[in-house]
Amino acid sequence: MLNYLWGLMIVIGIIVGIFNGTMANVGNAAINSSKEAVTLCVSMLGVMAMWTGMMQVAKKCGITSSLTKALRPVIRRLFPDIPEEHVVNEYIASNIIANILGLGWAATPMGLMAMRELRKLNGNSHIASCDMCTLLIVNISSLQLIPVNIIAYRSQYGSANPAEILAAGILATCISTLAGVIFAVTARKLGRRSS
Amino acid sequence: MNFLIYISDYIIPFVFFYIICMGLSSKTPVYDEFIEGAKDGFRVVKDILPTLIGLMVGVGILRASGALDMLSGLLAPITGKIGLAPELLPLVLVKMFSSSAATGLLLDIFKEYGPDSYFGRLASIILSSTETIFYTMAVYFMAAGVTKTRYTLAGALTATLAGTIASVIITNLVF
Repeated sequence: MLNYLWGLMIVIGIIVGIFNGTMANVGNAAINSSKEAVTLCVSMLGVMAMWTGMMQVAKKCGITSSLTKALRPVIRRLFPDIPEEHVVNEYIASNIIANILGLGWAATPMGLMAMRELRKLNGNSHIASCDMCTLLIVNISSLQLIPVNIIAYRSQYGSANPAEILAAGILATCISTLAGVIFAVTARKLGRRSS
Repeated sequence: MNFLIYISDYIIPFVFFYIICMGLSSKTPVYDEFIEGAKDGFRVVKDILPTLIGLMVGVGILRASGALDMLSGLLAPITGKIGLAPELLPLVLVKMFSSSAATGLLLDIFKEYGPDSYFGRLASIILSSTETIFYTMAVYFMAAGVTKTRYTLAGALTATLAGTIASVIITNLVF
């Protein structure tokens, strides 16, 4: 996917550059952008390390595991086809909590383990189960409450108050997740009625 | 709706306060754990760097050649109808395919208009309220060996659309 997207960006950019006579800018932009990416990562290193450091403390003093427990009743309602004591409940809860806390790299492995277990529950079918659809829709609806990297980018590009978008972002995230959940629950009900 | 800006000022300090208080009261060695966790941050950024270089070069070329302005011009008639600025439609579309490519476009908006401009704020909020669709579906369904994804795409698009519309409305109300 990205191979085409990225390749097209470069090819189209250069072709347009030829027609616009902006080739000098194009060459400079390529060189400067690569340097800029490094500068950006250096400043992001600080913000990101601060965040993962705090999250490690949260994990060690039991905040994340109590959040995971608190999520159990929600998961029972969203994923009614999963047996109550099945391990996949834990995977899904950890996946959702990691997403909420902005630990995307920790969320994906948990999500993939959940998908593999859901596959077994689904009799190894190549057709997605309702639970799989719900898990994907919830993940894609974005759960992250504090977008650490966006705050880092904003501060790097000179924002007077990089965190000012937080509450607005949380509200928008909740709305997108709510829309996703309503869709998933409705689709599950309609599917059951028709079959 | 201005109170959302004031609340924002409290979120990060409050989260830190809560975590550290919980840590101290449960006798967790907070500083040692913080240092341990901060090392993960290096790993994360190290993984981001190559993709960021690639995509910032790509977007940089598109911007410098004038292709991004042409694209905005072409999209203007469509975006005018749905009330979204033509400068932002590429961001919303690209985000569905790749979140790192969308980051490249976000940084371009920060450079062109500034992070505290209307576009800068709206782009920040849109990106924090949506997630990449096709990439996530590919990775997750591959792990489950699923080829028929049923209503997942429709649901994901519904959530993304709701998040984007909400972002536009909230940005107009708050800032």
